[in-house]
Amino acid sequence: MQRILVVDPERCTGCRLCEAACSLFKEKKCAPEHARVQVTKWENQGIYIPIVCQQCETPICEVVCPMHAIKRDSNTNAIVIDENTCVGCRLCAQFCPIGGISIDENASRLIKCDLCSGDPVCVEFCQPEALKHIEPLKLGTMKKRTAAEKYSEYLRKTLDTH
Amino acid sequence: MWNRKIAIVDLSAKTVTAKPIPREIRKKYLGGRGLNMYLLYNHLQPNVDPLGPENLLLVGSGLLAGIPCLGSGRCDIAAKSPLTGAVGDSNIGGFFAPELRLAGYDHVAITGKADSPSYLLLKDGAIEIKDASHLWGKDTFDTQEALRRDEHDEKLVSLVIGVAGENLVRYANVRTGMKNAAGRTGMGCVMGSKNLKAIAARGTTPIEFADPDNLLRYCREMNEMITSTRWAKAQSRWGTMIIYSNTNTTGLIRTRNFQLNRLVDGEDLEPENIDRYSIGTSGCFGCAVHCRHRYVLKEGPYAPLYGEGPEYTSLGAFGTMLDCRKMETILVANHLVNKYGLDTLETGGLIAWAMELYEKGLINEESTDGLQLKWGNEDVVFDLIRKIAYREGFGDTLADGFKPAIAKVGTDSEYYAIHVKGMSNLHSDERPTPSFALGIATSTRGADHLRSRPAIDMYGLPENMLKEIYGGSVATDYSSYDGKSRMVWWQERLYAVTDALGVCKFQTVFCAVHAPKWREFSTLINLATGMTITEDELMRVGERIYTLERLFNLREGFSRQDDSLPDRYFTEPTPIGLPVAKGKKIDREKFDAMLTEYYDLHGWNLQGVPKSETLKDLNLSKEPSKLF
Repeated sequence: MQRILVVDPERCTGCRLCEAACSLFKEKKCAPEHARVQVTKWENQGIYIPIVCQQCETPICEVVCPMHAIKRDSNTNAIVIDENTCVGCRLCAQFCPIGGISIDENASRLIKCDLCSGDPVCVEFCQPEALKHIEPLKLGTMKKRTAAEKYSEYLRKTLDTH
Repeated sequence: MWNRKIAIVDLSAKTVTAKPIPREIRKKYLGGRGLNMYLLYNHLQPNVDPLGPENLLLVGSGLLAGIPCLGSGRCDIAAKSPLTGAVGDSNIGGFFAPELRLAGYDHVAITGKADSPSYLLLKDGAIEIKDASHLWGKDTFDTQEALRRDEHDEKLVSLVIGVAGENLVRYANVRTGMKNAAGRTGMGCVMGSKNLKAIAARGTTPIEFADPDNLLRYCREMNEMITSTRWAKAQSRWGTMIIYSNTNTTGLIRTRNFQLNRLVDGEDLEPENIDRYSIGTSGCFGCAVHCRHRYVLKEGPYAPLYGEGPEYTSLGAFGTMLDCRKMETILVANHLVNKYGLDTLETGGLIAWAMELYEKGLINEESTDGLQLKWGNEDVVFDLIRKIAYREGFGDTLADGFKPAIAKVGTDSEYYAIHVKGMSNLHSDERPTPSFALGIATSTRGADHLRSRPAIDMYGLPENMLKEIYGGSVATDYSSYDGKSRMVWWQERLYAVTDALGVCKFQTVFCAVHAPKWREFSTLINLATGMTITEDELMRVGERIYTLERLFNLREGFSRQDDSLPDRYFTEPTPIGLPVAKGKKIDREKFDAMLTEYYDLHGWNLQGVPKSETLKDLNLSKEPSKLF
């Protein structure tokens, strides 16, 4: 079954291991700016939100690409840019609503998550599991359980079960 | 990473130059604390005024900054300490070190004094001294926020001082983020004396490594190695506060300054109680352990308030030592010292001392501007923290640290001051643990646990295991004196290397036995830089760094006499605690013998002076030498 990369900001500790590991794997360097996943922070409020391409079902990047250089990889389910066809118009980066595609400092290269051929390195390095690569159905189950937990506490109290 | 430079800044002359760092110096000192000590010893004239423009402020990222493991974001800050007159050196986590490296620099050496408030900006190779008049007076949080706003860059990372640094409180610290602090030895005071409000870094130059694929694989192994230890698991959940549960029960915590060794009715300070305020944890760069809490205080006179921590140190500094028994007191005090930029241990240690003097009648309300320094009086504590930061009234007396404060208050007060070489100790009570006691006495920066504490001594490990780790005989029993000098010697070298590599001490053999150490460090250095440094050579690097610190202190007039403990350690037995901790004091003769053994292991003579063959063996005979 296909898997999806899921972000859970409540678990993120802001350590940026994902950025360091991603850039070391993809760029062979420590280059947080070139990491496919980046943590956006509100440091003075303790809020950390990792942002990464969500491999949309209807990818705007694919829609706006005049060269049809953006396609889904059926093996990994990732939306990938074919560098041979891409002309570097950067429309994909401009139109992506979540910043899933970045442009490098020379404005010459597009940087985008390709799910590391199916085993994202960022997920392997994320100790608190703020990044997970899971089957789509699991997301709903997981979220429902989190939401149900507070009701279950109440029920345990009122029904006196264990 | 080999193209990373050292920036040399003269604030008086307003000049900036950049120099490469030669490989042979790298191999001898690595980076961070190691290279800083090389620079400090060789480029600072002896006996200068620590607050004079000639003092040299050094900022250095660790050799491994930027690798994805072991909290590789640590930065080392050094100068001659205005608190002790000895080596000033403090290590800070957060995100500054990798950002400095991404900006093109590994080290910054700052001399002189700016004629008006300034900050230093290092951005993609460029260095600028900029006006900070509008930041003067701002707290450490607002200063960082304002810098990000002024430079129109939300990813700018800064080292800053608060009002305590501006007002030259001798133990003012340097801060980054909400919680990280280069806390000890008054490095923030040195920044203040140079009119330097902040050092900001931002860069996009990638850091290159020798063998990236194997480095990535090995870093993953390192993260697994540390997170599989029980210590890291506990720390991920509770932070360093977890230590309190054990030490307070046993009776290893200074309470009411030095009167008791356990906080009775101290349940509210148990780490579980942070859950009432915590919204999650937070980690430094490249850290899989994430040991600090993010907490919110929603009610009470200081609410609303967001803070991070508190550390075990603050539970002691503002809890046990002052007999404050509420978690909320710690959270507020922790926030205040962070905001003003004060070292938590020095602040708490001095207030505890003042409270005991007040109780004994050595000071009264006339000398304390009417403050009733009674145990557990949290309002007085909060007030005094502010007064220290602003140097108001009695706060001004405490702002100079122990030695000047004793001179001002009267020599009778000296007996109650728990310090070594002029620096306050952690709230730990080392009377039942000779290895810990030796470590705070020999520490080159004054009383401190982070120079050598062999925390695994507490675990009662089997002798054969201890022998394998320490390379010689060490007693299992932590109340024994046997082999403990060897433990301290070994840990001193390990921590010196840890600080030079810029990885976190909590991710080496500090509290976890099966944590990365020499072999793993040697492999990481090789994969990251291409340098081959064997385990034995790495131990010699540690020895070299520690010996250089020793030489610095000797040159400044310190001697064997300064490697001692406050008298109370030798004269007052611990009044309470479990049988292993009760009725214990340090035996003076055994302590002296342990100290002599320790010197011998280092290759220092009976006076603690490195022997000439030791210097030759460490390639230190030709020092001082110059890099700039």
